[in-house]
Amino acid sequence: MLKAAGKVYRVIGPVVEAEEVTFLRMLDMVEVGQEHLVGEVVRLKDDKAYIQVYEDTTSLKAGDIIYTQGFPLYVELGPGLLGNIYDGIQRPLEVLREKEGFYINRGVHVSALDRKKKWHFKPLKKEGNYIKAGEVIGEVQETLLIKHRILVPPDANGKIKWIANEGEYSLDEKVALLTGKDSEKEIFMYQKWPVRRPRPYGQRIPISEPLITGQRVIDTLFPVGKGGCVVVPGGFGTGKTVVQHQIAKWSNADIVIYVGCGERGNEMTDILLNFPKLIDPATKRPIMERTIFIANTSNMPVAAREASIYTGITIAEYYRDMGYNVALMADSTSRWAEALRELSGRLEEMPLEEGFPAYLPSRLAEFYERAGRIKTLNNDDGSITIIASVSPPGGDFSEPVTSHTKRFIRCFWALDRDLANARHYPSISWVDSYSEYIEDVKDWWHKNVDKEWLSSRYAIMELLQKEQRLLQIVKLVGPDVLPHRQRLILETCSMFKNTFLQQSAFDKIDAYSSSRKQFLMLKSILKFYEKSDGLIKKGINISEIKENPIYQELTRMRFKYSESEEDLAKMAGLPSEVERSLGELEF
Amino acid sequence: MKEYNLREYVGLQEITGPIFIIRNIHNVGYNEIVEIVDDEGKSRLGITLEVGKGFAVVEVMGGTRGLAIKNCKVNFKGKPLLMGVSEEVLGRVFDGLGDPLDGMPRPVYDEMINVNGLAINPVSRDYPENIIETGISSIDVMNTLVRGQKLPIFSGSGLPHDLIGTQIARQAQVKGESFCVIFVAMGVKYDTARFFQKSFEESGVLERVAIFLSLADSPSIERLLTPRIALSCAEYLAFKKNMHVLVIMTDMSNYCEALREVSTIRGEIPARKGYPGYLYSDLASIYERAGMIKGVKGSITQLPILTMPNDDITHPIPDLTGYITEGQIVLEREMYNRGIYPPIAGLPSLSRLMKDNIGKGLTREDHPSLASQLFACYAHVKDVRALASIIGEEELSALDKLYLKFGEDFEKKFLSQGYTERRTLEEGLDLGWDIISSLPAEELFRIREEDMKKHYKKKQ
Repeated sequence: MLKAAGKVYRVIGPVVEAEEVTFLRMLDMVEVGQEHLVGEVVRLKDDKAYIQVYEDTTSLKAGDIIYTQGFPLYVELGPGLLGNIYDGIQRPLEVLREKEGFYINRGVHVSALDRKKKWHFKPLKKEGNYIKAGEVIGEVQETLLIKHRILVPPDANGKIKWIANEGEYSLDEKVALLTGKDSEKEIFMYQKWPVRRPRPYGQRIPISEPLITGQRVIDTLFPVGKGGCVVVPGGFGTGKTVVQHQIAKWSNADIVIYVGCGERGNEMTDILLNFPKLIDPATKRPIMERTIFIANTSNMPVAAREASIYTGITIAEYYRDMGYNVALMADSTSRWAEALRELSGRLEEMPLEEGFPAYLPSRLAEFYERAGRIKTLNNDDGSITIIASVSPPGGDFSEPVTSHTKRFIRCFWALDRDLANARHYPSISWVDSYSEYIEDVKDWWHKNVDKEWLSSRYAIMELLQKEQRLLQIVKLVGPDVLPHRQRLILETCSMFKNTFLQQSAFDKIDAYSSSRKQFLMLKSILKFYEKSDGLIKKGINISEIKENPIYQELTRMRFKYSESEEDLAKMAGLPSEVERSLGELEF
Repeated sequence: MKEYNLREYVGLQEITGPIFIIRNIHNVGYNEIVEIVDDEGKSRLGITLEVGKGFAVVEVMGGTRGLAIKNCKVNFKGKPLLMGVSEEVLGRVFDGLGDPLDGMPRPVYDEMINVNGLAINPVSRDYPENIIETGISSIDVMNTLVRGQKLPIFSGSGLPHDLIGTQIARQAQVKGESFCVIFVAMGVKYDTARFFQKSFEESGVLERVAIFLSLADSPSIERLLTPRIALSCAEYLAFKKNMHVLVIMTDMSNYCEALREVSTIRGEIPARKGYPGYLYSDLASIYERAGMIKGVKGSITQLPILTMPNDDITHPIPDLTGYITEGQIVLEREMYNRGIYPPIAGLPSLSRLMKDNIGKGLTREDHPSLASQLFACYAHVKDVRALASIIGEEELSALDKLYLKFGEDFEKKFLSQGYTERRTLEEGLDLGWDIISSLPAEELFRIREEDMKKHYKKKQ
């Protein structure tokens, strides 16, 4: 029910000050003016309210009426989310296009989920069962890949008085009736949830499994656990977006939510045209069946950009509550922080560093704490992994957004301008990046891939450290004067960088490497180093080692071996082949 | 749709810089146009920056010089700023607010468009494809410009960005389709504006160019509108008339300065270097108007030119621009001082959309690998030069000496090109092969076998 709740007093860009306010509560959603522009109450003072408006405020004037429904800003959660693309306040962009043409007009109200579409509902509980909030009452095959579990909303519980039979229902039809202590509650296949309030869960559990992204530098050197938080900072042109895209495409999360927050329109177009063609390597289904997009490009209203991150994480929590592992990409949180700064400026709040408001760190903390691995109310395991990019001005990592974000995350993939200029992609620096999840995920690697994973990782990291020091010398005197054992370190690291750390996002085979392939590549390179080091000690020249056919073989392995069982089996023999081939030099 | 109410008030409350406050008014909308008539009867335009109960803050386009508190009349038009658009704008010269400067009458308008534009729905966008040939090899071969792309030129004061801008406007071609250029000059000096106009007239391309000039001495606020007015014309030509429009905007730094000036006068909280916190959003509202739309033949390509203060690429203006645009072309002072024109830096320049739009069936099949190889070799040249400056050129290996020679040729023959020289993409590629052939075949590891056979001519 829409009722009038006040009048516009002042319009300052995307912020509206209202007077003669009644009924309004903090963070209530409102509609402003004749065109019913969507907004949210962000401050109340006496009979005045400050409202941030999610649409362009041109032509609003003093005296225009403000309406409210008495709800906070919410999202609709139910079947039909997957494969969809929304703006920052969950308006489906496809529907907007059909209604309004190729520009986004103001004051268009459409529901996020298609109410007419029929879904095949299968009850999992019987009449007479007692059921609690968050439990699964039935399921819907949302896409061929994902079963959508219908959850009892967090504010309901009781005895099932009636439940629908298996069959086709639309979202407007109720599927169950609960009797509580003194009231009855109808259960639909969808529910509403305010975006700024985290959804409830059972309890947190420790992270134990890595999110396998298929990107070698990430999985092997700087892994992230399912339920963890990563930040990817990098100046423009360093490939933040490509890293995000690669993870969205290849990671082994069940559900991927991609929030394009204040970024380029053409990037979203690129995703929307390319993703439907991609097939997930594990399930062999189109990855669109597990992906949801939130697109609030840089030229769309700034307040909706601020909301887009929350819209994304709330949807992520909903799928987490069904027991799925969800990965949320946020590209880029700097644009979100800038939206926060802009709105704060319009509210005439006291600015801190670089004009950001004082509550920037606490907003960041609130957001990142919504990630994690949990037991759901239904006692399943679910997780949300956040992979957030940051666009530091001038590539300076000491700026407020990057430095505050670092306090709330445990994994840091620093993108390096020099690597990007040398077209070394992904340009994740092995010097500045870190991951605190290594100890959490090592058991998984040892159990599922190889017991030597951790020691191999440390071995190569040590070589890379040594190389750093040697390169300082090379810069001054050239590589030729170094002793052969040290030149071998340079050669090995250069091979490791060219064949392992570099990974082409556009090559069919190279774009994705399974954990097994990654380990075999790493092991073969380490084997090459150990064996060659032994040979050099025996007086063999490094140029002879480089002429050995195995050297060429190793540099080509990333393109040569696909993910087929056959190729991986062949690859498994590679470390011993290195041993044998180099062994021939001894005679 | 909305009732049209024209109301006139007399007298203001306060004037500061280009802004005034007026009280005791009502029913005035945010971001709408205002006509102000001073006591001499001259009128100027303004826009409401903030409206409230009984007051409005208005920004005056023509500047507030000569306005008095008491006598001036203020008309609220009740609508946002509209720009009349038609195909007749081509071949004409306008001032920063869209009024003719060439002494001829206003073009007959087909339509009135809100200059602020609307955001394109991301799902309606089409991914940019097909290239625009600029006739400059360092762009066409190395940093290809694609229809619907926004590719800025990062320059510095004293560098020849104006020459490059006009050269592109003169030479750019889109094969077999209707093509036009909209040239927007913001805060440029009179001499520069004259130079633009003259060079278009002389080369006979004026009939496909529309020029918008906001000179350095016109009020800075006018500059905030000039690109929006020009882009409204571009949108009409591209999306209604199916033309391919190249919008060249120079100098975006002047635009940003104007934005900072207005923001400071309004007493807004500054972010970096005094620029307002919304500089990114504001630039995006201009740059994001480039693009292509599904089902529409035309396109808008943007080539904004900006001078980096102190040649500093981390300055907020180039930095935020780089975050929005799809790549950048960087001019290098050191190269220009060595007499290389156009001094387009090899390594920091990048066209993000190039990879999907070159190669077999699009340009020429050897284009991607040749470009990538030229890039890699030139990157190595830089390393060799650094080493040579320490140990001396004599001490370099024979191979490295070949690289030095290659570097020399690449800069002097390939990157260098006359102001009036139009080199087709084809010619550019052949020239690239000619130069890279001075390196031994084993070094060219990024080039495919077939292309090597076809184009490589061994020289040693």
